[in-house]
Amino acid sequence: MSLRVFVPGDTTAVALGADKVAQALEQEAAAKGLEIELVRNGSRGAFWLEPMVEIEEQGERFAYGPVTVADVASLLDKRQQHPLSLGAAETLPWFSNQTRMTFARAGLGDPLCLDHYLSLHGFDGLDRALHLPPEDIVDEITRSGLRGRGGAAFPTGIKWKTVLETPAQQKYIVCNADEGDSGTFADRLLMESDPYQLIEGMTIAALAVGATEGYIYLRSEYPKAWDVLHKAIAKAEAAGYLGEGICDTDKSFHLHLRMGAGAYICGEETSLLESLEGRRGMVRVKPPLPAIEGLFGKPTVVNNVLTLAAVSTVMAEGAETYASQGSGRSLGTLTVQLAGNIARGGLVEVPYGLPLRQLVEEFGGGTHSGRPVRAIQVGGPLGAYLPEAQWDTALDYEAFGAISAMLGHGGVVVFDDTVDMAQQARFAMEFCAVESCGKCTPCRIGSVRGVEVIDKIIARESTEQQITLLRELGDTMEQGSLCAMGGLTPNPVRSALDHFSEDFG
Amino acid sequence: MPYRQLVDDCIERFRAEPGGLLPLLHAVQEILGYIPETAVPTIAQAMNLSRAEVHGVISFYHDFRTRPGGHHTVQICRAEACQAMGSRALEAHAKQALEIDYGETTQDGAITLEPVYCLGNCACSPSVRIDDDVHARVDAATLDALLADLREISQ
Repeated sequence: MSLRVFVPGDTTAVALGADKVAQALEQEAAAKGLEIELVRNGSRGAFWLEPMVEIEEQGERFAYGPVTVADVASLLDKRQQHPLSLGAAETLPWFSNQTRMTFARAGLGDPLCLDHYLSLHGFDGLDRALHLPPEDIVDEITRSGLRGRGGAAFPTGIKWKTVLETPAQQKYIVCNADEGDSGTFADRLLMESDPYQLIEGMTIAALAVGATEGYIYLRSEYPKAWDVLHKAIAKAEAAGYLGEGICDTDKSFHLHLRMGAGAYICGEETSLLESLEGRRGMVRVKPPLPAIEGLFGKPTVVNNVLTLAAVSTVMAEGAETYASQGSGRSLGTLTVQLAGNIARGGLVEVPYGLPLRQLVEEFGGGTHSGRPVRAIQVGGPLGAYLPEAQWDTALDYEAFGAISAMLGHGGVVVFDDTVDMAQQARFAMEFCAVESCGKCTPCRIGSVRGVEVIDKIIARESTEQQITLLRELGDTMEQGSLCAMGGLTPNPVRSALDHFSEDFG
Repeated sequence: MPYRQLVDDCIERFRAEPGGLLPLLHAVQEILGYIPETAVPTIAQAMNLSRAEVHGVISFYHDFRTRPGGHHTVQICRAEACQAMGSRALEAHAKQALEIDYGETTQDGAITLEPVYCLGNCACSPSVRIDDDVHARVDAATLDALLADLREISQ
């Protein structure tokens, strides 16, 4: 009887040698006369265990990891007696303590296999949406409490309602897959491990607002995600889930895949739209909102990958089921990405409201270096650095807002006690200087001046005066910038000054 | 095939596409390795844009090159998650080992070194991308081995 062997093919697993492990498994199995069926699945997101090989025996899947080429021969011999044996993946506390909704399917099978997707309730949400009037779809999304997962947390239902109610010959759905925040990889993992869920969510959005064209704007730093999405779109089209006459109805939705070109600012929605239109990614002044005048001047839904993916869950399982998770006004699940100096890094999906400390200690297992944690940056390069006194803050939008921090896209980057917070503050300004679109002065010039001022502080040149100057500069950038890039860059700088002042001379 | 013909082919593929300039520039760079200055007027005319507009787009995005690069592109991630795992030292090591700064190509034309801000591999930092392959948990020794492999392939 042949064994089914799963070896993840996602970027991180491959970066840790999964392709070589897969090759070795095939060679070793052939040498042993063992018949195996190799499946390149997506990753389940436990990156600390990658490459995590799973072997299915008598209908049960057992996990092993992290597997190197050198382990392959003994692994095939000893299997569950092997030292790398983890048991069934689902039984590991790291997985069983999570609430997987958006990432329920990730890593279970071949991400491009449509039958696999269908066997796990794939396209159930689309099926339901195809038989509902647009208003009812929008209402369902509104009642679910779903908020934008890109960082701004704007209620999705309200955005969609605006697009639905704006009359136009042509409307667009745009997926923001320009996941540029350091410490985040949830969008990438979803696109590489469960791409049909995104396609389904975008199609539901199109039905909800009356759009017939859609774009995925994917960053060029994700070549594997490009490859998977490109194939997934073609397969979905061939199977009648995209294009003219979706699922034998009179509805149509054409989905295009576009590649960014290495500009962080294009994750800002108006800059992204400029880029899609073939221009420099310069931020637009709002209003008009993209929901009213978006891509090519038409009403446009711009949503993050995870938001659109969650839409298919909401439609399949109902608004109430989705809203039953979470706390306060942060409903549903939060996908946290444990990154940086972390022992057990990866994707953790939990209901909103878990304290940060529990996340980093229980899921993350502390630092990779084994040294004490000193600072945690949450929410990407524009998010604050949190000192230990703030680690009991619950992971929800309002609680983080209350301590001048933000959840953003859910990136959690851990630093040990060797970090120099003055250097981190300097980098925040430097990054803004490199990536500013240049349209507004506070961001374009302020970031350059910010680097200079911090350099003076580091060189101990009239430190007190320079710190006052730096704080004033932060206020100017915050109040005078056109978008979140310049407006939020002072956050990591201020938090470093406020909570780690000992690093500033 | 002369490069003009190649550029014309790319133009043909994307001129009718709404907002097709970025895909067009990507296609040109994919084939030629860079976007020659001399291609700008042709592209501008075909896309009904001014030369300044096309130049503006090329110069805005980090990905687009106006000069040929090396046989291979090595990108070191400079973002925070990688910093937390020692990427600052790795960057310095790469520059020293290759004897070039960011944006430069080695004397033998083998390698162009570039910074990158996040490869989405942040749970297993530091990350390095070589052409289309991402490598995880890269330290100075693994980087040296990867660079040696590249040099061997290029020769």
